[in-house]
Amino acid sequence: MLLRHVCWQLPPFGRAGVGLIMKTTLESVVIKFAGDSGDGMQLAGTLFTDTTAVMGNAIATFPDFPSEIRAPQGTVAGVSGFQVHFGTSGVHSPGDAPDVLVAMNPAALKANLHNLKPACIILVDVDSFGKKDIEKAGFETNPLEDNTLLDYKVIEGPITSLTKTALADLGLDNKSADRCKNMFTLGMVFWLFSEPLEQTIAFFEQKFKKNPIKGEANIIALKAGYNYALTIEAIKSSFTVLPAKKQAGTYRNITGNQATAWGFLAAAKKAGKPLFLGSYPITPATDIMHELTKHKWAGAKVFQAEDEIAGICSSIGAAFAGNVAITTTSGPGMALKTEAIGLAIMTELPIVIVNVQRGGPSTGLPTKTEQSDLMQAIWGRNGESPIVVISASTPADCFDWAFEATRIALEHMTPVILLTESYLGNGAEPWKIKSLNELPDIKPLTLETKDASWRPYNRDDEKLARKWVIPGTPEMQHRIGGLEKDECSGCVSHNPQNHEIMVNIRKQKVARVANFIPEQRYKGKDAKKLLVVGWGGQFGILFGAVNELQKEGKDIAFTHFNYINPLPKNTAEIFSKFDKILVCELNDGQFANYLRAVLPQFKYEQYNKIQGLPFTVKELKNKFTQLLEEK
Amino acid sequence: MEATTLQCLYKPKDYASDQEVKWCPGCGDYAIINAVQKAFSELNLKKEDVAIISGIGCSSRFPYYMDTYGFHTIHGRPAAVATGVKLANPELSVWMISGDGDSLAIGGNHFIHAIRRNINYNLILFNNEIYGLTKGQYSPTSERGKITKSSPFGTVESPFSVGELALGAQGQFYARVPDTDVKLMAQVMVEAEKHQGLSLVEVLQNCVIFNDKTHAAITAKENKANNQLILEHGKPMLFGENNSKGLRLNGLELEVVTVGENGITTADILVHDASTKSNVLHNMLIQMKLPEFPIAMGVIRNADAPVFDQGFTAQIQQQKASSKYNSLDDLFMSGNTFTINT
Ligand SMILES: Cc1ncc(C[n+]2csc(CCOP(=O)(O)OP(=O)(O)O)c2C)c(N)n1
Ligand code: SF4
Ligand SMILES: [Mg+2]
Repeated sequence: MLLRHVCWQLPPFGRAGVGLIMKTTLESVVIKFAGDSGDGMQLAGTLFTDTTAVMGNAIATFPDFPSEIRAPQGTVAGVSGFQVHFGTSGVHSPGDAPDVLVAMNPAALKANLHNLKPACIILVDVDSFGKKDIEKAGFETNPLEDNTLLDYKVIEGPITSLTKTALADLGLDNKSADRCKNMFTLGMVFWLFSEPLEQTIAFFEQKFKKNPIKGEANIIALKAGYNYALTIEAIKSSFTVLPAKKQAGTYRNITGNQATAWGFLAAAKKAGKPLFLGSYPITPATDIMHELTKHKWAGAKVFQAEDEIAGICSSIGAAFAGNVAITTTSGPGMALKTEAIGLAIMTELPIVIVNVQRGGPSTGLPTKTEQSDLMQAIWGRNGESPIVVISASTPADCFDWAFEATRIALEHMTPVILLTESYLGNGAEPWKIKSLNELPDIKPLTLETKDASWRPYNRDDEKLARKWVIPGTPEMQHRIGGLEKDECSGCVSHNPQNHEIMVNIRKQKVARVANFIPEQRYKGKDAKKLLVVGWGGQFGILFGAVNELQKEGKDIAFTHFNYINPLPKNTAEIFSKFDKILVCELNDGQFANYLRAVLPQFKYEQYNKIQGLPFTVKELKNKFTQLLEEK
Repeated sequence: MEATTLQCLYKPKDYASDQEVKWCPGCGDYAIINAVQKAFSELNLKKEDVAIISGIGCSSRFPYYMDTYGFHTIHGRPAAVATGVKLANPELSVWMISGDGDSLAIGGNHFIHAIRRNINYNLILFNNEIYGLTKGQYSPTSERGKITKSSPFGTVESPFSVGELALGAQGQFYARVPDTDVKLMAQVMVEAEKHQGLSLVEVLQNCVIFNDKTHAAITAKENKANNQLILEHGKPMLFGENNSKGLRLNGLELEVVTVGENGITTADILVHDASTKSNVLHNMLIQMKLPEFPIAMGVIRNADAPVFDQGFTAQIQQQKASSKYNSLDDLFMSGNTFTINT
């Protein structure tokens, strides 16, 4: 099986470049790149994704990395993975299990063995399968030699040594040469899927402009890997995945966190006010701050505060002073922001609070995905403190939901919580690029000139929103604060009746947002039996699972919520059409319980997973089928 | 611009709002608000250009009583809110009002970071060495052994020295003033507003209800001459009846001397330099304690250093001028894109 001899002559690259080897066309493929956290698997995965995206495939990705930057080398705890699902059709999620596993060491193999498709292709670096490595990973015998991998197609390559040989002439030190083995591997994978190398080569030329030797090393390794796969005819055929049938337009690959950041940039532009972000680093939300801080050219003011409390408080100050103010965080940081969110509710200032959820409670599972901060978002404050809560559903639509969160905040003078998830923030998919022209204007409720009759808590009849009078406006000085205010004058008031009136106004104000959002939609107009309900980032997987059963003619429908509080007005009407309602979420039933509280007339079944992992299509289909078969 | 040569926009009282002031009769806060109004008038501040941001505590009710923009925020966090206000609109004159509990206990983190960053706003710290609003618990500035409602047997912890804390946090402007001297308070606040960067003014404030006369040894009329050294930049450090006493350096220590005794002349007396980069002498002045020394008052440190909001804004301007993107559309279309035609 092993061809240790390598031919270094470079054939032409590209999809059409391979002559004799048989090509098989596939609908979609899931590849998982797995290795030690220092092995560069995230980069290999990202570069592969970029190429497939540019080739027009539908894609969805799921990076999965350990929370320690450098967990003990060679152990299962230290395995970093990047899963990419790409295809012509049917790509709604990063995929349940890989068709191809790249395992850079025994630990990477061990970590993924329980979850592989039948007949999965496994690409391993045999150089890292020494006795010690095998023990460290927790295998008793060498899995390449015993029966462990009997059911799979294994491609063994001495990747580390071949990479070093390929780079021998560059005079790199051992470590630097070693670092390039991820590109050798990527080259092999590119060959397997008949993907071109140009994109990746261009990436390295650009990235290492100032250190061309490094760039060259990566490129040589990449080409060497490609040629090696070709030479050994790694698998008797190579595969082609045709471009997806997508809407016409210009696309780019985007992660959820990047899309969130860009959505805010666009929203601020459309509102005609500067963007202000006050934030404190926390996984998996930090990348939003990283992204925005690059765009000072666009006027983005990014303030790295001393903690999450200062993050939100600076945003509240910026909102008071007339900026489009946001703060970004994850669960533990959200807990710290709680009191300040109450202040924003009380002072009715427009801010957006983003929670890129991770596994909790406490520090929990920093790098894993979960949807368990929903109750915290809806109700987690002292006092009667209603707030608008919305959520994104795919990496790319984080753009739209960041934009929408900002629109609601500014047009209703209210704080808004936007929930995304680790799974969305780090995941990527093609985004059909929006131009600023096609986005609606956002109209902040500013009052810029003197109005003698105005009081700070006067509101309009429709939305119950107060006006935004920004410091600097002559003859409109006023004071706001966290103490209860008189309904009319806006002065501090401890009057009992007034408090009840104000509590009710704040409640109505949030409820009335429902008059300004689209109706809830669902898929499966003829179905009657089972309605699958989802929210947040599990959209793609839920959609995929329902879709498959619908194709089989099953009596099933699907509705997915982005507006959580308030719910779209026609929610009850949709629910009333079905015998059974199944709420699927990555927590212990928080959305189900919320629905029980606000729409108690329905019975809700639950499907929950709390493993720090997304759903799989398979487990969902099993659950749906079981409910469809039960009476 | 010298305020005195101009027609003042507003008289001090014009800065008062229509709200009834609700501090206890005799509370030191009244004198402080008078001083602030006086300073605003002297500075010719337009009411609409002022934002007063406070935390929670008796002192933090302050913004309600001023006819400027005001924000009564949450306990301990006004420094962070004020930071957001200033970064959002650097044109505003931002004043933060806070208590010793608000800034040094719950808000200690924000306090030191605001100072460290040297953001350009004025922080008036009402130090009554007690929690007033919650009715009399000891605070981080209460002296060791202090008996309060939450320390019936006396505290067993040592207090912060506000000035030392501020200088330790890289503070570039620190002043200390007694609430009994409206004129000095107003002068210092004018200096604070003129200083670029964070200006911290610690007011020794009397809480008549829960900590009456805690500063009396320093602030009482009969003690003023001997127990206060009112510092002025460029002037010798003289105090006492008829300015008969002064400070000089003896080795690495400060020493109180009497002018005219043992051949000491005014020439031997230290001259105050608030603006020197080194804060060593400023720290020594802050550390002076009764009865051996008088308490240093006035602007103790007033030095130049890079200002956070200015750097923050300049970086944005610079990025705007040098960016390869002209619009968000440019950004969205940059890098790897691919087009699908049908
Ligand atoms: C989060 C929070 N914790 C506690 C309180 C109660 N509280 C209000 S003011 C205060 C202390 C005030 O002391 P200080 O800051 O010195 O202000 P003073 O009243 O003395 O002016 C406390 C503990 C609160 N309002 N919020
Ligand atoms: S309790 Fe003390 S600090 Fe508070 S208003 Fe009364 S006197 Fe002033
Ligand atoms: Mg106090």
